[in-house]
Amino acid sequence: MSESIAKVPHDESLEHGLLGWVGTIDHKRIGILYLVTTLGFFLIGGVEALLIRIQLARPENNFLSPEVYNQIFTMHGTTMIFLVVMPALIGFANYFIPLMIGARDMAFPRLNAMSYWLLLFGGLLLHFSLVAGGAPSAGWFTYAPLSETPFSSTKGTDYWVLALLVMGVGSVASAINIIATVLTLRAPGLTIRRLPLFVWMVFVNSILIILAMPALNASIVMLLIDRQLDAHFFLPANGGSALIWQHFFWTFGHPEVYIMALPAFGMISEVIPVFSRKPIFGYEFVAASTVAISILSFGVWAHHMFAVGLGYQGNLFFAASSMLIAIPTGVKIFNWIATMWGGSIRFTTAMLFAMAFLVEFVIGGLSGVMFAVAPIDWALTDSYFVVAHFHYVLFGGTLFAMMAGTYYWFPKMSGRMLSEKWGRVQFLLLLVGFNMTFFVQHFLGMMGMPRRVFTYPDLPYWGALNMISTVGAFIMGAGMLVLVGNIVMSLLRGERAGDNPWNAWTLEWATTSPPPEHNFDRVPPVQGRRPLWDLANPDKADWKFKKVEGGDPSFGKNRTCMFSFLVSEAVFFIMLILSYLYFNSGKFGGPTASSSLDAFKTGIYTICLLASSFTIWLAEKYHHRKQFAAFRGWLVVTILLGVVFMAGQGAEYVGLFDRGITVSTNLFATSFFTLTGFHGLHVCVGLVALAILLGLAMARDGAKMIAPALGTIGLYWHFVDVVWIVVFSVVYLKILS
Amino acid sequence: MNLVAAALPVLDPVSPQAAAISDLFIAITVACAFIFAIVTTLVGACIIRFRSKPGDAEPRQVYGNTRMEIAWTIAPFLLLLWMFFMTARGMTASNPDPVAGREPDLIVVGHQWWWEARYVKSGVITANEIHIPVGKKLLVRLESADVIHDFWAPQLGPKMDMVPGHPNTIWLQADKPGTYDGACAEYCGNQHAWMRFFVIAESEKEFEAWEKNESSSARFHLVKNLPGVDSRIHEGWNAFHEMTCANCHAITDEYPTKVSTPLPNAAPNLTHIASRRTLAGGVIENNPANLRRWLKNPQLIKPGCKMPNLSLTDEQVENLVAYFETLK
Repeated sequence: MSESIAKVPHDESLEHGLLGWVGTIDHKRIGILYLVTTLGFFLIGGVEALLIRIQLARPENNFLSPEVYNQIFTMHGTTMIFLVVMPALIGFANYFIPLMIGARDMAFPRLNAMSYWLLLFGGLLLHFSLVAGGAPSAGWFTYAPLSETPFSSTKGTDYWVLALLVMGVGSVASAINIIATVLTLRAPGLTIRRLPLFVWMVFVNSILIILAMPALNASIVMLLIDRQLDAHFFLPANGGSALIWQHFFWTFGHPEVYIMALPAFGMISEVIPVFSRKPIFGYEFVAASTVAISILSFGVWAHHMFAVGLGYQGNLFFAASSMLIAIPTGVKIFNWIATMWGGSIRFTTAMLFAMAFLVEFVIGGLSGVMFAVAPIDWALTDSYFVVAHFHYVLFGGTLFAMMAGTYYWFPKMSGRMLSEKWGRVQFLLLLVGFNMTFFVQHFLGMMGMPRRVFTYPDLPYWGALNMISTVGAFIMGAGMLVLVGNIVMSLLRGERAGDNPWNAWTLEWATTSPPPEHNFDRVPPVQGRRPLWDLANPDKADWKFKKVEGGDPSFGKNRTCMFSFLVSEAVFFIMLILSYLYFNSGKFGGPTASSSLDAFKTGIYTICLLASSFTIWLAEKYHHRKQFAAFRGWLVVTILLGVVFMAGQGAEYVGLFDRGITVSTNLFATSFFTLTGFHGLHVCVGLVALAILLGLAMARDGAKMIAPALGTIGLYWHFVDVVWIVVFSVVYLKILS
Repeated sequence: MNLVAAALPVLDPVSPQAAAISDLFIAITVACAFIFAIVTTLVGACIIRFRSKPGDAEPRQVYGNTRMEIAWTIAPFLLLLWMFFMTARGMTASNPDPVAGREPDLIVVGHQWWWEARYVKSGVITANEIHIPVGKKLLVRLESADVIHDFWAPQLGPKMDMVPGHPNTIWLQADKPGTYDGACAEYCGNQHAWMRFFVIAESEKEFEAWEKNESSSARFHLVKNLPGVDSRIHEGWNAFHEMTCANCHAITDEYPTKVSTPLPNAAPNLTHIASRRTLAGGVIENNPANLRRWLKNPQLIKPGCKMPNLSLTDEQVENLVAYFETLK
């Protein structure tokens, strides 16, 4: 564990001033950067929401043109999801996970910094579209074919894709980092089963991220290829499929809903016990229900598609799976209530937000169950009822939880308390404003008001209810200004917090507020789930009443990282392979795999690539035996075999181009070039990594130093080969068609 | 209760399909309200009973209770089981699968941003206003000419997407005469908001009269208004065919056209434009004054719509309006 920390370079001159923040690799500073950035984007997204509400305040209003309105609601959704909720939760995780597990930093501090800067620049890239011809305007789920060039001709959607790719890479990197941190850097005694629930939920959430984000990345890459290279994935006019976009997008999109909820559940699971003065009720059930939600979340995506005409069986399956997810969610709600029951509840601002979360989230959850009932979905989906539903989940739920987290943890981050008086004012404003804005929208939906309309006819009650909603939005806006004011005032002259102002029990409260750069002078002993409780109440220590056994398998940091990365890569390729299989199952004119590919020739190159897996294994073996000359030799052979494979693929491409077959020719070509092209790109990345290894190995003593890297890159190289075996079998040998 | 329902079209059904949804909605809402009441009561009880008082010792530390966990896993499961059966039943009642091979009575095609309605038997083609006979269950095929739209008439039944390359069907029925609002529910670009329609349910006799009139060509009106009763009508006819109007809009008459035939249904068929209530997907009422404003510059009234500003002179507009007003 400590070896990783020792390697973090320490440069005193970088510690102070602006440059200190730009160059920082300290998880606490990066966490603060995340939170400040997301607060900034939240204010932008909030202003967008207010503009939407001004336009909708009365019927047939002319405040915004439809063009501008459509850009604003697209930016509002994209901003709030990708630039606010997700990164804010990652920001909290960044700051608190190392502290809560008694670690010095994240497993990969530089990767951590990279994740943050990708987020920031992704966000800037998205907003750059404003000066490059107009913001995206196809909605946050960017349904094809509306998002395709014939119907969205400005560059907005291209910027949207690029920004999401950049941020997507950042999110996956963060998730990998969190997984490696939680698995490898826990303090002695802090076994997996003793993790604070926030850490556990963020950990499970990170697994969800590495599984779900690649589905988004694969979909938007295909969209970009359609838009930039005239391919046909999602253009029905050219044989593509509008529905495949929806299937692919929601494969990511529904887990994404839980990605935005699970860490919030984690915060609630920290706040409620501390302010009820009791341990969480049913820890195992709260923890396990998180896993259940995550697994189920991959089987429910098509409940977003009940109205597309999936057929009876399909609808019924997704109705059932979507209802099932209510069970583990309900288990959490009841456990939180049982935690409060019999407690001694302190109504701090954090607790007020947590309790409001409970009620509001239940409203959003129950309207979610209603949408699982397919006929109700047929009546109310794409109406204001659904707008009300997901705002109850994401604002009344997640955002209220984040507010609870903010009031709970701000003293630790700044060393100063937020004003409880102004906190209550903010709570009241948000509570009233939020429910006023969104509760009436249920009725607007039942009146027939579709979502995403820039205006509406003057039908009975529509104007009045919309006006109520708009007034509520401004009350919420005032509430957020109170938060900003409260933060500023607290930083200037807030009451000193001390180490543990709430008398809480997890490790982050065992160090100073704010914590020193190295986090802990000494990590207290951990024998259960509440180490500080045990310390303060030795006669009533948790472990005397409820023993939680230790004993975890140990994980290597580098391998955990590479393994997580490869899981994420595997999902990406599965999406591409599925799209190849789908698009080549129908009938279409022009070249096909049978008419244009030479399985024998490519088979020879395939053997080269497979052989390279064997040679890198040999290289690793000789390296292990410290026979460095043989090691270098086999490394060179590996690289040469990889180059031969790439040359073969290059020759194949040139041959196809000569016959006029390009990515825009037909669906076979579109899906073939995309799949094999991305595989080729991966081989090239592997070759670059191997070449760097070789360069290092040539230096004096270099061969000894690259041991950790060799194992991980070897893993990557084997993965690339395995992917090719699948691609070759599917595309050239056609085993699945 | 009736007043509330009247204000909420989803709960004011006029067809068995919509009634199935409305009944289901009420049953499920009651069940959900029951759960919500339990949760809020418990939270409220915590607020009242377990407020900490100064000097309180730490409360008894309780770690969990497996029996309770099992109870609050099983109870919701049973409730969901009931919901699932209700769902399966509701799906069959609100959107029953048509008999295989059954031809649709009506084809509705979504366009950016208007609706084309084609009556399969009579060959009538109209836009944005769908007439149906009261009490008849019509099978409607939903198609799209460009992006995804969604056909939604809340009082008449479930909504259904119109997906290019993936036609869907839906049943359309109204058991009470009346005019029912409908709208596109799937975001389809710039003027999604003004892609509205009406379903007009009328008695069998009225419907037949309407259909007969709609199937007639426009010649009848033109001949009746000739010769020289109003020269503007004739000028309007000329203008329509000589300018680009006829490239996108069709008007069926028996006069030889001077230009090539329009693109098939690129824009609303205007053969009986004067009989419609609104213009341009519901954005304005259909009257001569509004028609004049529309022809003068459609982009002012429905920015981004596919009809360009043709920079017509006032005289051309007057002539066109005079001609269109005859197209009853």
